[in-house]
Amino acid sequence: MSKGRFGVHGGMYIPETLMNAVNEVDAAYRKYKDDPAFNRELTAMLNEYAGRPSRLYYAKRMTEALGGAKIYLKREDLNHTGSHKINNVIGQMLLAKRMGKTRVIAETGAGQHGVATATVAAMMDMECEVFMGKEDTVRQALNVYRMRLLGAKVHVVDSGTATLKDAVSETFREWTTRIDDTHYVLGSVMGPYPFPEMVRDFQSVISREIKSQLMEKEGTLPDAVIACVGGGSNAMGAFYHFIDDKDVRLIGCEAAGKGVDTFETAATIHVGRTGIFHGMKSYFCQDEYGQIAPVYSISAGLDYPGIGPEHAYLHDTGRAEYAAVTDEEAVEAFEYLSRTEGIIPAIESAHAVAHAMKIAPSMGTDKIIVINISGRGDKDCAAIARYRGEDIHE
Amino acid sequence: MSRITDAFRDKKTFIPFITCGDPDLDTTEKLVYAMAGAGADIIELGIPFSDPTAEGPVIQEANIRALSGKERVTTDKVFDMVRRIRKKSDIPLVFMTYANVVFSYGSETFISVCKETGMDGLIVPDIPYEEKDEFAPFCRQYGIDFISLIAPTSEDRIESIARDAQGFMYCVSSLGVTGTRSEITTDVGKMIRRVKDVKDIPCAVGFGISDTETAKDMAANSDGVIVGSAIIKIIARYKKQCVPYVEEFVRNMKEAVNAR
Repeated sequence: MSKGRFGVHGGMYIPETLMNAVNEVDAAYRKYKDDPAFNRELTAMLNEYAGRPSRLYYAKRMTEALGGAKIYLKREDLNHTGSHKINNVIGQMLLAKRMGKTRVIAETGAGQHGVATATVAAMMDMECEVFMGKEDTVRQALNVYRMRLLGAKVHVVDSGTATLKDAVSETFREWTTRIDDTHYVLGSVMGPYPFPEMVRDFQSVISREIKSQLMEKEGTLPDAVIACVGGGSNAMGAFYHFIDDKDVRLIGCEAAGKGVDTFETAATIHVGRTGIFHGMKSYFCQDEYGQIAPVYSISAGLDYPGIGPEHAYLHDTGRAEYAAVTDEEAVEAFEYLSRTEGIIPAIESAHAVAHAMKIAPSMGTDKIIVINISGRGDKDCAAIARYRGEDIHE
Repeated sequence: MSRITDAFRDKKTFIPFITCGDPDLDTTEKLVYAMAGAGADIIELGIPFSDPTAEGPVIQEANIRALSGKERVTTDKVFDMVRRIRKKSDIPLVFMTYANVVFSYGSETFISVCKETGMDGLIVPDIPYEEKDEFAPFCRQYGIDFISLIAPTSEDRIESIARDAQGFMYCVSSLGVTGTRSEITTDVGKMIRRVKDVKDIPCAVGFGISDTETAKDMAANSDGVIVGSAIIKIIARYKKQCVPYVEEFVRNMKEAVNAR
């Protein structure tokens, strides 16, 4: 079995042309992950530039309204650029600099990872090109402008289904044409080893902070941590430091789209099976002959036919549970959190909020739920208004 | 010696690639006979995949045409076509497809059916040396050559890859995905010498070869030449009427490859 396995999942299933590039990332990551100077610089940038630590906020009105478990919100939406994506981007960009790279490329779905990459590239004076599905450039037009404003070149991908999956394929293709000066800042806990592990490590700052912040506020561990899952980086970050705390329920929320019993869904754990794609063995939505299925979700960030290999493993072992949340439930949660707490979550994060709304009422008032609010919802307002029948355009 | 290795004996080989079911399986079958007649030494048959990440736009579109056409090509329909071909032709045939197509069929089942239908080899571009245990042991068991690839970036990986190589070594001519290039700047001869230092195995060059001039150059430094996108372009242009045009192209390429 090759490197980077989580049970049977993971590995490095990529063309030979990219093997040395990926091995170079691996060597650099091994070299610097425990290097004090690297970690000092990383922490300084996370704190001074990205605004960490992010707040752990007690959602009092939501808790009272639901009448069950006490609800805390991990406010990754308050990070610079408005989502958790910047945690990983800063880590990989510092690594890319040390590897002598002058150019970065990235895929993006909702645009949050693309914006984070463009932002840090601007700050570090690196060339940046972002690949985004055509469909997503329409539903997330504002983020396309943000990336351009930050100096990045945005490539519109119209192959395949013109969404996140195709953006990932196209970024891999671009990497094979230009490797020497270029690092691929992969945005989720997916792809070939070492990306799933490295991105998880850079995102694990989320669970490290939740643990110490909750210890300070409540003197205890949470009973459940809930996060949305597309590729799964914010969820892996929120779960990681709780994996050994067996009493903490870890709940990932997949995008069910119009329902797991329809074809218009992106709930990989619910409808997928084991396959090999985008550099990894994991669960994928696919037909009986292994053709990758077109998936659907209202959320561009969760609209992906696979899931990171460590999530696949956490599912296999039963350590984490995966719930499916529909478009309609996510939109209701989006509106609910906005009205109840004055916090507009990203439509991705609203999937996690929706599931918390389902389970909190039946949990005792002595129980604690932490919801990872992975991003803010400004980018989604026009699309949700349209979903509700209002003709709003950015 | 496998039939594939044997196809390299005492000559420079020409290996055309086509995507099964583009524009339909009946045309693919006719293309196989025509190309074999025109001098092709081995034929590479692509089983279409929805997301072919190592391909440029030309072959990506061929995959889409095959999967979304009236016929809805599947792995089973491709195997049936190979069974028909084997009644008429014994030209060495190699599948080129992506890992998920093989894995999803059941890796051992897929490879045993390859043997049963009369296939000779298998190329899977998203299986690097590190992951070859996914399929290579079944290939050994059923007598199918599992073809390895090396790229201009392989460098010190070449020795280990060559040591385990079977059939022939697929030498990727340049960086990037499949498709036409204005020129090939890699020192292909040097790559191939590194392979031959370790193992006496035929080396064929592919990626970016579209005209007789380049084919001749590449053949001078190797044992054979693989051409895909240039043929797919002809198929895309002439559709079901493509057979004589492809036949002529293959004849010219074979002649160029053989020229001294």
